[in-house]
Amino acid sequence: MAEQFSNREGIKGMINPTRYGLHRVAYWLQRLSGLGLLAYLIGHIYETSTILNGKAAWNNMLSLTETPGGHLVLVLVIGMCVFHTGNGIRLMISEGGKGVGKPGQPEYPYRASSLNSKQRLCIWVSIALAALAMMYGAGVLFGN
Amino acid sequence: MATVEVPKEQKVEPTTPAPAPSKPKTITLRISRFNPSEHAETKFEEFKIPVQKWTTVLEAILYVKQSLDHSVAVRYSCRQASCGSCGMKINGKPRLACYTKVSELESNVITVEPMNNFPIIRDLAVDFKQLFSTHKKMKPFIINEESEVQPGTKEFVQTPKDLEKFLQFSYCIKCGLCNSACPTMATDKSFIGPQGLAQAYRYTADNRDQGKKDRLKIVDQSHGIWRCHFAGSCSDVCPKGVDPAMAIQLLRGYMLGFRK
Amino acid sequence: MVPEYYLVIKMKESIIMKIHYGTALGAVALVAVHILMRLSQKFSDSLQYQNVLANYHFLPYALMLEVILILLSVHGFNGLRVILLELKQGVAYERAINYGSIVAMIVLVAYGSRTILMAGMGLS
Ligand code: HEM
Ligand code: SF4
Ligand code: FES
Repeated sequence: MAEQFSNREGIKGMINPTRYGLHRVAYWLQRLSGLGLLAYLIGHIYETSTILNGKAAWNNMLSLTETPGGHLVLVLVIGMCVFHTGNGIRLMISEGGKGVGKPGQPEYPYRASSLNSKQRLCIWVSIALAALAMMYGAGVLFGN
Repeated sequence: MATVEVPKEQKVEPTTPAPAPSKPKTITLRISRFNPSEHAETKFEEFKIPVQKWTTVLEAILYVKQSLDHSVAVRYSCRQASCGSCGMKINGKPRLACYTKVSELESNVITVEPMNNFPIIRDLAVDFKQLFSTHKKMKPFIINEESEVQPGTKEFVQTPKDLEKFLQFSYCIKCGLCNSACPTMATDKSFIGPQGLAQAYRYTADNRDQGKKDRLKIVDQSHGIWRCHFAGSCSDVCPKGVDPAMAIQLLRGYMLGFRK
Repeated sequence: MVPEYYLVIKMKESIIMKIHYGTALGAVALVAVHILMRLSQKFSDSLQYQNVLANYHFLPYALMLEVILILLSVHGFNGLRVILLELKQGVAYERAINYGSIVAMIVLVAYGSRTILMAGMGLS
């Protein structure tokens, strides 16, 4: 089957978080934050390696990162880290088959029990904790 | 045959006139037209359709076929959400055309397109080869050495509680809406998909079945169960309350050792 | 289904993903300690050259950094591998992704370990 007729939704469809409710938003945020954190990890390992070149090199690096722009990136990293961790714990529990509801006789109007309110609460709590941590982090970083 | 005289005083005259049939509203139906053999671009054709409160999207499409343009390709059969033929993208989301009323969409413009992640045959009709062959690979039958009915064997006993463990997953009508909503399916052409994975669980959870080991092995591959990230979109669109996302996580529970 | 693409180290996908979850769990606790270290004093002070070097000289902390480095490299690059496997399919492509992510893990761990080792031993 020629690929152009396969009608796959493609990356655009994969990353579109608007159509299928909160779980799909969480999926998207988990991916985005995972990739963001990986990028930060690589950068972080590079920036800390400058310590091997002595005090001047280290301070030079600090003068680049200890800036409003650098702090903004850190605040974002804090948010990504907290969301990814919180939502990651929800995913590990759920993907082990816990907290996704019990099979039963579906009743009209069908509401999927894996999309239950506890699940949605956990996602909101992860988002809220990320927001709080970002505010706290911004307070520490921009405070003085 | 005896005729029954209705006593005069029992004849009930309607006191209020029957409600006038509600005036049909007119909506615009936009149908995606595409014919791979002509190698043409997808184009949308617009039709004005009179609809009532109860008109389904499938009926609107059939109105086009009857009265306006009979060449529109669409697959349907039961018209009652039982056969799984009429899945399509309606105003951006995969739904069954026969199970979606125009009025519930709350829009005067209805756009119908073929489901994503399935090859297009023509217009709204898509190709289910991959879904069916994947379904088959999940061994969708009871695996049990004693399943042959022979003299001296008895039927398996199953309590209502045993039944409940898989019943909802057995309601799957293979409509493919879940596969078309799934974000992994959007780019991964080797992924088993929510439909197949949910059916792997349906048979594994059946206490008459002994094929758990086989099926766990089949889904434990690089484009198998681990490509599900519980985005829940399959369960959001399933028209039968199957909740494939739940089935997949329960199946994965066996593999992570949370369940036995 | 497409035939199982292989790794030379033929690891079942379930084993790989158990490692993915395991590294995540390990990282939760250790990353928390790592971040709290930055907040145990004034943040900008914690980054002063001498303070940071002192961290590297303190063996238990240096060991913890090494463990975090390994856990997060494995978790992060396996996460990237998963995303890339889902984006495109094909025998050669998937083999490249599988090996490439192992190489990336090794390179990142080696580069980070160099900092931890040399800062821990040499500089003062
Ligand atoms: C410390 C706490 C962390 C926890 C609890 C955690 C948990 C998880 C879990 C459960 C997943 C799988 C999600 C799924 O099934 O789709 C995941 C994916 C991922 N994680 Fe983490 N993680 C953590 C930290 C990190 C860090 C620091 C990085 C960056 C180096 C990272 C990068 C990724 C990536 C790239 C993915 C793939 C995303 C995807 O497949 O959608 N994670 N994480
Ligand atoms: S699980 Fe639901 S959406 Fe998927 S094919 Fe079966 S009935 Fe359709
Ligand atoms: S026509 Fe059978 S499901 Fe819609």
